[in-house]
Amino acid sequence: MAKKAQSTLPNMLISLTAIALVAAAALAALNGVTKDPIAKAQQAKVENAIGAVLPPFAKLEDKTVDGHLCHVGLDEAGTMVGAAIEAGNDKGFGGHLQLMVGFDAQGAVSGYQILETHETPGLGAKADQWFQKDGKGCVVGTKPADAPLTVKKDGGSVDAISGSTITSRAFLAIVNEAADVFAHINQ
Amino acid sequence: MKTKDIIKNGLIKENPTWVLVLGMCPTLATTTSAINGLSMGLATTFVLMMSNMVISLLKNVIPDKVRIPAFIVIIATFVTMVEMVMKAYLPALYDSLGLFIALIVVNCIVLGRAEAFASKNNVGQSFLDGLFMGLGFTWALTLLGMVRELLGTGCIFGHSLIGGADGMLMMILPPGGFLALGLLMALINHLRSKKKVK
Amino acid sequence: MNILNVSGSPHVHSDESTKKIMWRVNMALVPALLCAIAYFGLPALLVSLVSVASCVLFQWLIEKFIMKVPTSIGDGSAVVTGLLLAFNVPATAQMLWIVVIGALVAIGIGKMSFGGLGKNPFNPALVGRVFLLISFPVQMTTWPVAEGLFPMGFDVPTGATPLGAFKEGALGEGVTFMDAFLGHIGGSMGEVSAIAILLGACYLLWKKVISWHIPVAFIGTAFLFSGILWLIDPTAYMDPVMTILTGGIMLGACFMATDMVTSPMAKSGQLIFGFGCGLLTIIIRNWGSYPEGVSFAILIMNSVTPLLNRWFKPTRFAV
Repeated sequence: MAKKAQSTLPNMLISLTAIALVAAAALAALNGVTKDPIAKAQQAKVENAIGAVLPPFAKLEDKTVDGHLCHVGLDEAGTMVGAAIEAGNDKGFGGHLQLMVGFDAQGAVSGYQILETHETPGLGAKADQWFQKDGKGCVVGTKPADAPLTVKKDGGSVDAISGSTITSRAFLAIVNEAADVFAHINQ
Repeated sequence: MKTKDIIKNGLIKENPTWVLVLGMCPTLATTTSAINGLSMGLATTFVLMMSNMVISLLKNVIPDKVRIPAFIVIIATFVTMVEMVMKAYLPALYDSLGLFIALIVVNCIVLGRAEAFASKNNVGQSFLDGLFMGLGFTWALTLLGMVRELLGTGCIFGHSLIGGADGMLMMILPPGGFLALGLLMALINHLRSKKKVK
Repeated sequence: MNILNVSGSPHVHSDESTKKIMWRVNMALVPALLCAIAYFGLPALLVSLVSVASCVLFQWLIEKFIMKVPTSIGDGSAVVTGLLLAFNVPATAQMLWIVVIGALVAIGIGKMSFGGLGKNPFNPALVGRVFLLISFPVQMTTWPVAEGLFPMGFDVPTGATPLGAFKEGALGEGVTFMDAFLGHIGGSMGEVSAIAILLGACYLLWKKVISWHIPVAFIGTAFLFSGILWLIDPTAYMDPVMTILTGGIMLGACFMATDMVTSPMAKSGQLIFGFGCGLLTIIIRNWGSYPEGVSFAILIMNSVTPLLNRWFKPTRFAV
């Protein structure tokens, strides 16, 4: 069996430096391979979310309105077919709730995606399906600009998620806020 | 040490979860579903195999006084590799395991096996030890994930068994993790002790 | 060979026994049970029966087949747990199978996993209740509302509890003190009628099963603290009389915080225990995410009991 290296200062320095160098080199090489797929995966995530909430569009234009990131969908001629607006607040049951809300050109909700959620599984976390087109508290097609959306308990028209009034309120407040942003998008 | 003993130690006799009770943080946090538990276990297995192998290979050139930092650098390298590959090719899985992949670095099992096994045994045995310790961890996490997913949502691997009914929400929340882990650990150690008496 | 029984002090000989105490507690729970049946009808009776039967059954099964010790279901403690668990859930038909799970958790995890009666650090009925509350939030917060006496059938109208309505921002919706005192409100089946609970508590005080320290400290603290908040801003906080009459404060203070196993032994310790329960309840009600905090408050104070027992030793005999 080979003799074990002694713990002298040069030995320690050399071995640690060598290990760190090899590790750094290996990671740098792998980073080169995975950099593009990672960027692509993240890009795809955003694009999937936009695609899911907007009516069909030909190209996208990003801009910032009232501090919110907006992805404006344009048709071939360059007229707006809708916009996906990222908005959020901290009024959720578990804290921050971040959505991407899509509007068609008339200002009606065309879809939404949850970007960040800390809601309780089985309760508030149901928001990802609940307010969709086939959900019980469907908001798709409504125009929050005419009348802000509120839950039935507050005199509104939307069915809150059962057992999760707080999440529902936070959700609708975000949709209303996004509608405000949408109204300013062309100014 | 015989290969048979290494296999038996990792899977049952010195199982990292049920017997050594190491690595409880990822065990409790990632087992909200069977697939998450399985993926976490496999990621850890990969790191264990590779780090055990490399550390065993280098055990004679690493001076004793700096062995811990050296081990950590080696382990962290493999963890970062897993993280980058997962981020690139399995983004959905990465989203659900998130932070806990990076935390494999500080999982006691990995450093524990490096200290207790890889730095004293040859390369082939260390590799096997990493593989079977990892698989022992994997089956424990998968079982825990299955139990919690079944009780918490009524599904196993995402397939509903009890027709859309809600399960017991508590089981997929953190307190349910502790309860399920404790009860399963009691059951498994009960079975083991029964076997030993015979 | 085990002829001699070795047990810890005090070695006092009296006719008090665990069995006697537990059956007296059961007696004391009868008025609240009758009240619940009167207000909520058949579901209340069925939920209570299922809860008690499954608690006793699980205790028997665990002792017989897992622990392999002589069974102790005759001491009535499983019946107490079953009744208290039933009192802590809404009296609806959908609770029938859920309460069985609650009984398993209460007896299996809350009591037997620690070694049985006398060794459990937390009140078993509350462990079961909190497990159900977190696991089945929708079913556990669908409250039947007592509208008339002796309703027939299964479909009792449901609505919010006064505390739930308060949390949602509706202040004092036509519930009078008298309603709350008699139990004419929505809520868990055993907590709605303050008078029935007080009747049972008086019986326990008379029989010296419980002392006045914990209930008085609990309810008094809740009353004072909520009173201070109410004086500061009557529009944002519930008034103190309503606070102690609604929700689980009465039931918790008289029957669950006073559980001998999980509360401090010394009188001074009991006063602090009650004070902590009252304070935590009001804090959770006003600033927590749940409308009611009695169960959490008692469980938290249960966990402090060993410390309180260290600091406040009961007066010894013959000192």
